Amino acid sequence: MFIGAIGCEPLQLRRVLLDDSASLEVYRANGGYEALKRVLDGMSPDDVIGEVKKSALRGRGGAGFPTGMKWGFVPKDSPKPKYVVCNADESEPGTFKDRYLMERDPHMLVEGMLIAAYALGARANYIYTRGEYRYLIEIMDRALDEARAAGLLGEKILGTDFNCEIYTHSGAGAYICGEETALLNSLEGLRGHPRMKPPFPAVAGLYGCPTVVNNVETLTAVPDIIKMGGEAYQKLGTEKSGGTKLWSVSGHVNRPGVYELPMGYAHMEKFIMEDCQGIAGGRRLKAVIPGGSSVYIMPASDIVGKDVRMDYEGLVAAGSSVGSGGFIVMDETVDVFESTKNLTEFYKHESCGWCTPCREGTDWLVKVFERMDAGGGRPDDAQLLLDIVDNIEGKSFCPLGDAASWPIQSAIKKFPEDFRRRVAANGNGTDGGNKDGLPTA
Amino acid sequence: MFQQFTPNNPLPQGAKVPVEMAVFSPEVEAEIDRHLAKYPVKRSAILPLMFIVQRERGGWLDPPGVAYLADRLGVRITDIWEVATFYSMINTEPVGRYHLQVCKTLSCKILGANRVTEQCTKRLGIKPGETTEDGLFSLSEVECLGSCGTAPMMQIGFDYYENLTGEKVDEIIDRCKSGELSNGVR
Repeated sequence: MFIGAIGCEPLQLRRVLLDDSASLEVYRANGGYEALKRVLDGMSPDDVIGEVKKSALRGRGGAGFPTGMKWGFVPKDSPKPKYVVCNADESEPGTFKDRYLMERDPHMLVEGMLIAAYALGARANYIYTRGEYRYLIEIMDRALDEARAAGLLGEKILGTDFNCEIYTHSGAGAYICGEETALLNSLEGLRGHPRMKPPFPAVAGLYGCPTVVNNVETLTAVPDIIKMGGEAYQKLGTEKSGGTKLWSVSGHVNRPGVYELPMGYAHMEKFIMEDCQGIAGGRRLKAVIPGGSSVYIMPASDIVGKDVRMDYEGLVAAGSSVGSGGFIVMDETVDVFESTKNLTEFYKHESCGWCTPCREGTDWLVKVFERMDAGGGRPDDAQLLLDIVDNIEGKSFCPLGDAASWPIQSAIKKFPEDFRRRVAANGNGTDGGNKDGLPTA
Repeated sequence: MFQQFTPNNPLPQGAKVPVEMAVFSPEVEAEIDRHLAKYPVKRSAILPLMFIVQRERGGWLDPPGVAYLADRLGVRITDIWEVATFYSMINTEPVGRYHLQVCKTLSCKILGANRVTEQCTKRLGIKPGETTEDGLFSLSEVECLGSCGTAPMMQIGFDYYENLTGEKVDEIIDRCKSGELSNGVR
């Protein structure tokens, strides 16, 4: 598996290939904790937030919300304690960048969280890691112990009046806990159901206190923003999305891996065919899901020979989005009906059950997919899927419903032949009527 | 013995809570205290504590373990069940000593997750969702574990096994049978 930067100097991946890169010693020998020192040496919290705003850093978890603005929403005069929570619940299918950041460079996350905590006035902070990543929790705990022993964590950090603690916390297997309010409920010891917004976590988050929830990749960008200045960081990317972005590349490419690209990397086709060394076995590209399973699928015809820019605006213009950067490449052997069925089963399993459109809707979607898969597909089943999706999208309590809808909408639109093939030979379904309880439409 | 209360066999209305409560060693109690010290609210430690109780009680949250958690966290038995039944990594039924969890989501799927599951089934004689009669193996198909760049993969306990092939699966199962491989529970 490849790990490294293409088209720019490695920034977030600067240390990942060094020996013993997870140790405090290596981190400090390579520029680590310099940003924290600079912050504590004379930057005010507002200065820090100002730099992050200038950097045009957008949340790397999937939604792409401007990080500086999110930090700015935290009320300064609140008498309540404030919290920074790191979202390390990485569970979007196709995404594995945070895993390598934490495995190879845990101190970068510690430093990013310390700076965020300083900017927001937070004393106790949590890293919410998905339960399956237990070995990363162990790595983070070791890094936190090292930092504490070196006076970088706890009371009077680096001899200043800044006091701050960071704790690891384990999830236990629930995709929905990557949604920030579900994560907060889970961290409070409840089922991972999303909360109504507003109030947003910045005002009433963990234990009802002002809270900022940021993805690992977002927080690990902060030390570099402080060191090089917000403006210089922004210039690495585009005007609206600064810096570099990690792409988790998987599927039918010769060289899967974690790729760091500047925001606005010019050419998706080149990225697949050259940087990722092309499609395995010399087969042809069929489709790409560029931003984790929850974004629109892109057919090869929208990529090959087209100039698709890899940033928020470029991918929206090309009919998809950056999402979490989980870049899944599929060759001509993949049946998009089957890949979409697979993802729909995922969303059914991961629907938290809180709201009806998502809980019932994803279940009905899987039922229709299974009927079509079993040879009982009816001529209007694709339309039936779209009708069900129409009753989920925008009508669910949290974005999981949308995430379940978009792959289906785009798959049916872009690959109708893969769905048409599932209509039974007699054109009428072979299950002999309505015994599965589905409407006969 | 007391009646086993599980999600499929819930506590009847008005029934008394089982009094038997799990007892743990001073080391485990100290580990639990370290987790509780992280949070201003005890209940926040529910998931970390569940993993500990599960580890100590033979791989699952048995009723004495649940009673212990409710007591330790100052919540009701139903609060513990409410949370336990939500999260896929909390076992509310017994599982085998080696819990083979094969990722079945898209990236693994298109790179041969089915072959991994089939090989496990062939070697162990169990389908996903089942446990061998000797209680040594359980097999599950699970959703994306963040190992897409090294697909296909499976997790045993907390340990990752990546870039799997049929031979590698055979070797892993052999090493589990000989007891050479850790079951990854910690």
